[in-house]
Amino acid sequence: MQRSKTVEFGVGIFILAGILGLVFLGLRVSGLTPSASSQTFHLEASFSDIGSLKPRARVTMAGVTVGRVESIELDQEWFDARVSMRLDSSLEGELSRDSTAAILTAGLLGEQYIGLTVGGDPEALEDGDSIRDTQSALVLEELIQQFVSSMVKD
Amino acid sequence: MTDPAFIEVEDLYFSRGGRAIFSGVNLSIPRGKITAIMGPSGSGKTTLLKLLGGQLTPDSGRVLIDGQDVHRLPRKALFALRSRMGMLFQSGALFSDLDVFENVAFPLRVHTDLPDAMIRDIVLLKLQAVGLRGARDLTPAELSGGMARRVALARAVALDPELILYDEPFVGQDPIAMGVLVQLIKRLSEALSLTSVVVSHDIKETISIADYLYLIADGGIVAHGTPATLDTHEDARVSQFMHGEPDGPVPFHYPAPPLYRDILGTDALGTDAAAMAATDSTTGAD
Amino acid sequence: MASGFWRQLIDSVAGLGYRGCRVIEALGRASVFMARSVVGVPGGEGVRLWLRQMHFVGVLSLAIVLVSGLFIGMVLALQGYTILIDFGAEQALGQMVSLSLLRELAPVVAALLFAGRAGSALTAEIGLMKATEQLTSMEMIGVDPLRRVVAPRLWAGFVSLPLLTIGFSVVGIWGGYLVGVQWLGVSEGSFWSNMQSSVAFFADVGNGMIKSLVFALVVTWIAVFQGYDLIPTSEGISRATTRTVVYSSLAVLGLDFVLTAMMFGGL
Repeated sequence: MQRSKTVEFGVGIFILAGILGLVFLGLRVSGLTPSASSQTFHLEASFSDIGSLKPRARVTMAGVTVGRVESIELDQEWFDARVSMRLDSSLEGELSRDSTAAILTAGLLGEQYIGLTVGGDPEALEDGDSIRDTQSALVLEELIQQFVSSMVKD
Repeated sequence: MTDPAFIEVEDLYFSRGGRAIFSGVNLSIPRGKITAIMGPSGSGKTTLLKLLGGQLTPDSGRVLIDGQDVHRLPRKALFALRSRMGMLFQSGALFSDLDVFENVAFPLRVHTDLPDAMIRDIVLLKLQAVGLRGARDLTPAELSGGMARRVALARAVALDPELILYDEPFVGQDPIAMGVLVQLIKRLSEALSLTSVVVSHDIKETISIADYLYLIADGGIVAHGTPATLDTHEDARVSQFMHGEPDGPVPFHYPAPPLYRDILGTDALGTDAAAMAATDSTTGAD
Repeated sequence: MASGFWRQLIDSVAGLGYRGCRVIEALGRASVFMARSVVGVPGGEGVRLWLRQMHFVGVLSLAIVLVSGLFIGMVLALQGYTILIDFGAEQALGQMVSLSLLRELAPVVAALLFAGRAGSALTAEIGLMKATEQLTSMEMIGVDPLRRVVAPRLWAGFVSLPLLTIGFSVVGIWGGYLVGVQWLGVSEGSFWSNMQSSVAFFADVGNGMIKSLVFALVVTWIAVFQGYDLIPTSEGISRATTRTVVYSSLAVLGLDFVLTAMMFGGL
């Protein structure tokens, strides 16, 4: 029976380590956040082109991550991309109404994320509001096309 | 035989891999006696035991144990019947992951709800009966062959069965261990009034304990009777086996062409050459 | 002589048919075997047996799986870095390491190691029990060896391999972090944030777990069945052990392709 205790202990540790590993994979690797919606608020923004932005991409201010993209869907009326974001609740009521949202790229080929810049309007964005001033993703092909056509003109 | 038969084997046919092993075996094994089934190696003695225990199914024929047809029983009833039987295997077949004590306790734990203290007492009594009470904490790997078989015997009688099947209990034992086993089998079967079936080809030891003998060879019963009657049996095969003569109806030589052909090689060479010629012509045609 | 050729042809076709029948027969036996064993869900006494097998199959495989995972993660980071740096995309290293591990390498390599370490041992152990008549004698005592011997091992295998796969992924990602961030100097923040924005928990971690669960079923099944079905001689045991490793490796790689096509191919 002495031996079987150590066996049971070993198996217990093994299973526990497996569960902890799964938690690590969830939190650290796939970036699931345990905190629920109580600590966040919603903003929306429409872009004419989102490039390769994906749900759960970062939303940053001055390079600091302040939230994540929750969902992206096509607006059937205007045919642009409606991106809804979840931001840290500490920013609720702090962002001015004329804030801008831009889709940026980390490095040349890196992931795409949303960068927010604050404007000067005294009124602030509340939960569920939309950001009007948006800047779409840079699409490499379009840039090259513009460059080539401007060359031709010269 | 006036005793009611405990085991009745009727017209048993069995074959394996296309080779007939039994063709029409009839046996009856009396209750409370030691019956030996003897025969040369490869005559299917162990197979017969497996048929009795219901591990193999015959092609046709019946095996009745205490009136129940072993091969028509549902699985549950078969396992219930088996709990009334003990079997001693050639190798002992002790469970290598349990120690001696747990090995003997195994059938008790499986088939009874006895409290631990009582199981302990029974196990120690059974081990005492085979003289190995002191070895209870050893693992099967630490036992000698004879000791392993004695532990296996203690395990086989742990549930006080009505029937014990012994598969070659004496094979590969030194004389002392063999004497101990002979004594044990005899004593156990008398003390517990067990029905015992011993499968063996060790004539001297088997005759000394058996009440009744069956001799099997070539897929059937060659002779049966008490040890005394078989000893003076007139059949040449029986007396060859009983007295251990090297040559007789069971030939010493494996079937072979006459020796002079192999030695001189004339005939063999001729066949080889013919075979090679045949292969050549086939390949040529292709 | 032409008739000889035809006869050979017919013989070889018949031989093929015979082998086909044998394979189907073996599959049938294996399925019946599986069905009868899996019913023996551990309960009461069975939990103790299952725990012992968890130790034997899972805990003792932990060392080899974790060490392999660490090295594979480190190699991935090293190789990935030299390629990504050419495109100036070394921030994507975390993404590359974690996705290749979670989707592909962890389930497959852990299953292959598991087949070699635990599968072969299971086959040999059950085979030895069969060769020494332990299984027969258990049956004669009135205990079903499928429930007593096979079922705990099957369940231990089912549970162990997914856990080992998790361990493999975690250690592999950590190895990638060590090489990428600590040694090659990729920025720590972009390593993790890139990883987090590209790894989806259910699509990537979840599918990897499903893969490893399927592999666990197949490898344990093959190992235990080969042990139970072998010819009880020393040669039979050694051949069955080899068969376990060969069959389960092939099954894992083949199934991996099928599963990958089903999970990620339709994107």
